[in-house]
Order: sequence, then structure tokens, then C-alpha cells
Amino acid sequence: MNKGAKETLTKLIIAVPLMFAFGFALVPLYDVFCQVTGLNGKVFQSEHSDELVREDGRQLSLQFISTNNENMPWTFEPSEQVMDIQTGKYHTATFYVKNTTNKTMTAQAVPSVAPSNAAEHLKKLECFCFEQQELKPGEEALLPVKLLVSDDLPSNIKNIILSYTIFDITEYEDDQTLAHHQMEME
Amino acid sequence: MSAVIENHHDDHHHGPAKGITRWLYTTNHKDIGTLYLWFSFAMFLIGGAMAMVIRAELFQPGMQIVEPEFYNQMITLHGLIMIFGGVMPAFVGLANWLVPMMIGAPDMALPRMNNLSFWILPFAFFVLLSSLFMEGGAPNFGWTFYAPLSTTYAPPSVTFFIFSVHIMGASSIMGAINVVVTIMNMRAPGVSLMKMPLFVWSWLITAYLLIAVMPVLAGAVTMMLMDIHFGTSFFNAAGGGDPVLFQHIFWFFGHPEVYIMILPAFGIVSHIIETFSRKQLFGYSSMVWAMLSIAILSFVVWAHHMFTVGMPLAAEIFFMWATMLIAVPTGVKVFNWVATMFRGSITFETPMLFAVAFVVLFTIGGLSGLMLAIVPADFQYHDTYFVVAHFHYVLVPGAIFSIMAAVYYWIPKWCGNMYDERLGKLHFWLSFVGVNVTFFPQHFIGLAGMPRRYPDYALQFADWNMVSSVGAFLFGFSQLLFLFIVIKTVMGGKKATGQVWEGAKGLEWTVASPAPYHTFTTPPKID
Repeated sequence: MNKGAKETLTKLIIAVPLMFAFGFALVPLYDVFCQVTGLNGKVFQSEHSDELVREDGRQLSLQFISTNNENMPWTFEPSEQVMDIQTGKYHTATFYVKNTTNKTMTAQAVPSVAPSNAAEHLKKLECFCFEQQELKPGEEALLPVKLLVSDDLPSNIKNIILSYTIFDITEYEDDQTLAHHQMEME
Repeated sequence: MSAVIENHHDDHHHGPAKGITRWLYTTNHKDIGTLYLWFSFAMFLIGGAMAMVIRAELFQPGMQIVEPEFYNQMITLHGLIMIFGGVMPAFVGLANWLVPMMIGAPDMALPRMNNLSFWILPFAFFVLLSSLFMEGGAPNFGWTFYAPLSTTYAPPSVTFFIFSVHIMGASSIMGAINVVVTIMNMRAPGVSLMKMPLFVWSWLITAYLLIAVMPVLAGAVTMMLMDIHFGTSFFNAAGGGDPVLFQHIFWFFGHPEVYIMILPAFGIVSHIIETFSRKQLFGYSSMVWAMLSIAILSFVVWAHHMFTVGMPLAAEIFFMWATMLIAVPTGVKVFNWVATMFRGSITFETPMLFAVAFVVLFTIGGLSGLMLAIVPADFQYHDTYFVVAHFHYVLVPGAIFSIMAAVYYWIPKWCGNMYDERLGKLHFWLSFVGVNVTFFPQHFIGLAGMPRRYPDYALQFADWNMVSSVGAFLFGFSQLLFLFIVIKTVMGGKKATGQVWEGAKGLEWTVASPAPYHTFTTPPKID
């Protein structure tokens, strides 16, 4: 094989693991891209900020949807289906949850916002979705979410839907899933 | 390394070894090309048999022949086998046979890797097909294996599927590396890049696409493997992952993949139309630039496969326009083929019939692709039989017709005998009618709302489904005629001349027919 061929071969052989790594790099890239743009409707934890608070906010309706992922037997529903809220004001909503089984289980709620371009304007100070819930058999709880919709929400949006899907993660290794979620929150 | 040693041996002009070891140990590009082509033919027949099962079940509404679970396994394996076992190895086989002869090289640059890249392929498909006999059955999640269908809800055999995709990927990557190294370094003096035959150009671009995206596919299935067995959550929402991410990664591979399956066809058809029009190809350099722009654009259009996942408007508009942009270079190519035929002295031997049918029918497939690119319309068409009709039009009378055209065109060079022209034409017309009767009605039932991937359908789709099934049986069984013609040609027939076709140009036609075991051991002189 001549020198040129060896050089081409080396370059191509290097390209293969690089593209393999690129496939994996798409995972954090996707997360960052979605976090910056709010494209997939995911909402991340934000700090309390006085700048966002204002008195003359617009009226909006905030609708809650709760979904149980397959094989998740818990009762999970919002305390109120719809809340009238104002932009620039902190509101707290609660979700009722009950472990209907006879064993201790751990759950993780995953949020989503529709329309997706509202996601980046929805600021969550606290959310049960930022941590896992462990409930004993028959135990029930009210899970709070404290949020604010910033006033620069596009004016054509009059109605925001905040939905949560609750997953049974009892069998997952806790530290692993937690680590993943914490990474996302940062 | 090995090429040098072999060149030395070539002075003795020894023939192939005898017996089975010839095929097991061969490093000869012609032998390996033949192996690839026969392997692909076998896979084409197996994948075709699965299509027959599918169409038999869809012949009438209601469940007749197979269980829904088995139907799902059939559609999955049909797709995987036709793509990774049928079309791709056929093109690699053609590249092996033709690229060295077209550029005046004695062999591929990496002959031993060439042997390896072929011989791991049968194992990949053995593993994949054996999953049919495993507990829980074969993969049943469609060839696109979307998570979580292919992770959380997959049958246990999914691990074997992942393993076989890894092997197929390794094989394709090695084949592609071999093609690039050969083309970039082993061209005879005087064969500059812009003088290369278009088939070589098309394969150079295809090989780069393969090297870029096959590792991404390997990454995707590796992530699946980790989600299934090692407790990660790449695609699992409960653990913080995202199933939509799978679709992005998959289609980042998947869209370039569809051009991997069509670019070599562009090269083949350009040669055949040029030969049988007895004219110089119209617009050679624009053909090259068109293929390059199609290849580059293929990396920025992937999300048009997933318009309905809930993307923001800006992204949908971007992917819609980028997709429509591809129609421009493709249109240039179609124009050039038509312009080449314009006022040519055309004869319609079998390869030309397939090539002309390719131009017409591929354009129909391209047009329905444009319809699918329109975002608001795609919400209606998504996951219906319209999509099935679209991609079968570009793959069957597109990629597969081009492979058949290539076989008829070059088989006299490969085995020294002319095929039976009468039977070849019969095969063409049966296939042409069969393909259109099969897939054209699927446009109608798709637009009327019949979803894909179901074993049953509503009554109003019954008539066209029956027509489609009749066409499929016609097309399917015509391929046995193709098998017969190929075997007959290999066994004997009218002897072919070196040039074979009156209008044939290019280095491969300057050697005898059948092509000697070693060609161009000394580089040819190019004027």
C-alpha cells in the first residue's frame, strides 16, 4: 500500500470512532438545545427573581393534566383542574398522590408544557418533579409546584397546559436516576 | 502491504483457487463482488418472501393467515433485510466488481479487509433471522425501531437484533473505507477526479455518507442496549431520558441512509442511459455537483420524518424548505438523463428499459416525497400507506430497478455470456407492471387514511388492497424468472465481445469478457 493510501486509511479509521462519539454527543447536545430553546416543553428549576414579579400582569388560565405511565397504579391527580393566574406573580398548585399498592414504591414525575413556546416563560421555583417521591403502602401526599409565568410570554398565548406523567421507578437504582435529573437541572 | 505482495504474484497470472476455499479466503475484488451480489440476491428473495406474507394477509380485510404478532415481525424483518441485506450489499458488490476496473486499478486497496467485510455479513443475518425462532419472536417494532417500542416493550430477541446491526454496520463501514481508499489512491494515471466514471463518483460520495452515519446508528443501538441491560435512561422518560431523542438520532442516520441507497443508482443509470443513447452524457460535472449537494443536504433534513412529534413551527419550516431544496439537484439529474436521451439513437435492451423506468418511476417517488415534505399536508399523510407508496417507489423501481439494470448491463462482462434478451424483456415488463400495480394504489388508500403497519384495515380499503396484493404477487414471482435468467447466463449463452454494447465507453469494456481474474495489473494508458 502506498503512502497516500495509508494516510487516507488513517483518516477514515479515525473518523469512525469520532462519528460514534458524535452519536453519543447528540444526547447532551439535545438536552442543552432543548433547555436553551424550551423546545421539548421541559421546564427546569429556576431561582427566585424579583425582576420577574409585577403587579399588572395579564390574566391566563393554567390547566393541569396528570397521566399515569403504564404499570403505575398510584392515584395521581391535580387538586384543581384549572387555575386562573396572572403573569409576573407566584402561584402554588398541588397534586394529590396516593400509593394504592401494598408495597413501598418510588415515583418520578416528568413535566411537559404546551404550547411548547410557553415553556421557557414558565419559571418553577419548586416542583415535586425535581425530586423523587417515596410512599409507603396506602400513604398519600399533596405535592406542590410553585411557579411564575413571566410577563414576556407571547401575547397570543391565553392558555397554558402543564402536564405531568408519573413513572414507577422503584426498580431503578436511585442514585443513577437522580444524578441524571440533577444534571438536567443545572 | 498485501497489495504489493499480490502485485508480485500477478506476474504469474494465476487463476482462482479451486473449491470452497476460493470463496472463503478470496481477496479478489471480482470474487468478493460476486459473493456480495449472490448474498444480496438471497436476502432479496427472503425479504421478498416476507413481503408476500404481508400482502397475502392484506389481500382481504380481517385476519386470515398470520397472527398480528407475526405480522409485526414480518414488516420489521422485511424492512431490515431489504435495506441492510438486499440493497446495500448489492451496491457494495457492484462497487467491488466495477470500481477497480473503472479506474484502472488491479484490485481494491484493502483486499483482506474486503474479505472480512463480506464474510461477517452472513453471520449478521443469521443472527437476525434466527430471532424468528426465539422465545417471544423476532423484533416486531418496525425497521425504524423507535424507543420505547424497541427498548421497554421489545421482545427478548432485541439484543440479538442489536448485535446483528452492529455487525452490519461494521461490514458497511469497512466496505466504505475500502472504496474511499481505492478511489482516492489507486486511480490509473490520467483518471483525474473529474474524469472518473459517474458510478465511481456516486460510490465515493456514498462511502463518505456511510462512514459518517453508520457509526451514529451503532451509537443508537448501543444506547438501546445500555437502556435495556445496564439501567441507563437515554430514551426512558422515567429516568430523565427522552424517546423523541431516539428519533432524532435514528433519523440523523436514517436520512443519509436513504441517499446511500439511491446515489449508486444514479451512477448506474447515468452509464446505461449514456450507452444506449449512443451519445455523451449530458452535463457530467453538474451530475457530480448534484450528487454532492444531495449528500450534504441529506444531513440537515432528518426531522422531516418526525414532523408530528411536536416540533416548534420554526423547525418545521426549516426542515420543510431544506427538504424541498433537495428537489433542485435531483431535478438537475433527471433533466440531464432526459437531455442525454434527447435525439440519441436509442435502443431498448433490457438494461435501458430498466434505466428508463427508473427515471420515470423514481421521479414519481420523488414527487410524492415533495408532497410529504409539506408540513401541514404531512400531518395528514404521516404513517399512512401514502408514505409506504412513496418510499417503495424510490426503493423498488428506484434502487432495485437500478441494481437489476446493472446486472443486465454488466453480466456479460462478468461471466462472458449474453443474457437471453427475450427473457430479460419479459422480466422487465412483468416487474414494471407488477411494481406499479402494487404500489400505485397504495397512494390512494394512504390518502384515504389507511395507516401503515397494521395487519387489518377498514372495509373501504379492501378493493385497492386486493389490487395491490395481486401486483405484489406478480412482482414477487417475476423475480424467480430473474434468478433463472441469471443462472442461465452464468451457465452459458451467446459469447459476449469485450465491448459488449455498441455504445459502451469506459475502462471496464476494454478488457476481455469475461473479465480476466486479474485486470489492470499494469495501469492502462488513458488518452
